[in-house]
Amino acid sequence: MSASDSAILDLSVASGVAEVEAGNLSADEWFSAYADRPDELGAYLWRAEGPGDVAGTEPPDGSLGGVPVAVKDIFCLDGVPTTAGSRILEGYLPPYTATAVERLLGAGARVLGKTNMDEFAMGSSNENSAYGDVCNPWDPARVPGGSSGGSAAAVAGGLAPCAIGTDTGGSIRQPAALCGVVGLKPTYGSISRSGMIAFASSLDQCGPFTRDVTDSALLLAAMQGLDPKDSTATGIPAGVELPSRQDLKGLRIGVPRELSSDAKGIETGVRESFERSLALCEELGAEVVEAVLPHAGHGISAYYLLAPAEASANLARYDGVRFGLREPAEHLDAMYERTRAAGFGPEVKRRIMLGTYALSSGFYDAYYGRAQRVRTRIAEDFAAAFEQFDLLVTPTSPSVAFGIGERADDPLAMYMSDYCTVPMSLAGIPAISIPSGTATPDGGGPELPVGLQIAGPAYSESLILDAAHALEGAIGFDPTAPFAGGRS
Amino acid sequence: MIDREQVLHVARLARLSLDEDEVERMSRELSGILEHVETIGELDLDIDGVKPTTHVVPLENVLRPDQAQPSLERDRILANAPDVDGDFFRVPSPQA
Repeated sequence: MSASDSAILDLSVASGVAEVEAGNLSADEWFSAYADRPDELGAYLWRAEGPGDVAGTEPPDGSLGGVPVAVKDIFCLDGVPTTAGSRILEGYLPPYTATAVERLLGAGARVLGKTNMDEFAMGSSNENSAYGDVCNPWDPARVPGGSSGGSAAAVAGGLAPCAIGTDTGGSIRQPAALCGVVGLKPTYGSISRSGMIAFASSLDQCGPFTRDVTDSALLLAAMQGLDPKDSTATGIPAGVELPSRQDLKGLRIGVPRELSSDAKGIETGVRESFERSLALCEELGAEVVEAVLPHAGHGISAYYLLAPAEASANLARYDGVRFGLREPAEHLDAMYERTRAAGFGPEVKRRIMLGTYALSSGFYDAYYGRAQRVRTRIAEDFAAAFEQFDLLVTPTSPSVAFGIGERADDPLAMYMSDYCTVPMSLAGIPAISIPSGTATPDGGGPELPVGLQIAGPAYSESLILDAAHALEGAIGFDPTAPFAGGRS
Repeated sequence: MIDREQVLHVARLARLSLDEDEVERMSRELSGILEHVETIGELDLDIDGVKPTTHVVPLENVLRPDQAQPSLERDRILANAPDVDGDFFRVPSPQA
């Protein structure tokens, strides 16, 4: 690789846009610098050969003029294979493009490809993809996190300067933490869900993966907004301001003890990194005080009833009639049952079963109804906390990246990866994960990235990004992963 | 605890055929998960006093003018189907 290629790969979204605008870099060069690199991580399921491969690509001007972007395979792209990581959608060619991607294209961005993911976004390690594992660019024997594992690995591994993913219970924030990049889950509804394959509709939220906080704001600003195709889309009423803060003066930051000091299973290295982040917040001028979210510890239980319940209804559409796989059978019911048995992987089947059970006659009130009320309590806990605090901070993931196969046979251990991220999803509030440094896993191993989560009230994205920007400057994390190929 | 009979009943509701190994594994795994999530049963929740949350963001009805818009192209929709007959999706007989 030539020196100039390596310099192109180091460009952030903001600086690349400026270079293209100034005429110092052609959008095609920027695209090729990524498109020509071999994908040794398994991050992509489909790659464009050139920007023209995706319908709706515009001339490279606008707020994201010429920006190459990787798109999670959960977003429909007109005429481009879209599987959501599932066998049941093998060969599916959507006849339209998701609104979030349309917005990126409209701002001048160009799609590099579709990224690998846990099947239907169900998972925390990308091991539930029907199309193979993704390697973490910090240690290829470890998972990138999930469910947006391909998007996180692509950005950390020098295969894209930015990407989009979806977060239902942590699927942007957790892989961002495990791969050492910035991942933002905006307020529920701020970006349209049209064309985003549904998992749990009351929780699903699109958001960006970037190498820095400014780029996160740029992508969010381009994608947020109302959409006639999704009447639950609200946009961010006050818009998105580019972050500029260098300090945290005047901010009250709460540390929910249920998701930090009192939480079980947080690794020693993650705890130490989190403590250092809290000290930095104080050095930057914030007041840091313990907070309580009395019901947050029940988030996982409520989430793993509500999300599977919604999934069991949403996934009823995969019936072998209108698209995707069909397993032949003499009668209709047998065709449904065989098609779904052949097309869905083990985790998706488990969640459909769990959700169907939670909604079934005789169990509805005890499981689904009760979980909905726990959700109310968790949202009330956050509302009460935000009367005292501007922002809340927690570790993003209880552990650094774990080994491929390590948790694959224990669904409950895997679900616990979402312990610190699920409460914000249930409350619908925005949260970002930024790299706070590195740590070794419990039991030893290489230095791996740790994520810090910053959450705020609904539609407080500009404040969250601003605080994250100040912390990012103070932390000074080097996002170059050891296995990012030619970038190192 | 979810036993074999319950697993088969739920699988039928979900239109999912499971082989013998899957039935056994599903019974064990779902029981383990439910044992954990059932801890919300211990919460002191005033069921009548707490409203269930179905949607977190307050929304009002969104209205638009009732105007015809172009819809998706029929040929491209049908091209994704496993079996079509003219403009129809073809399925096996519902008679079991």
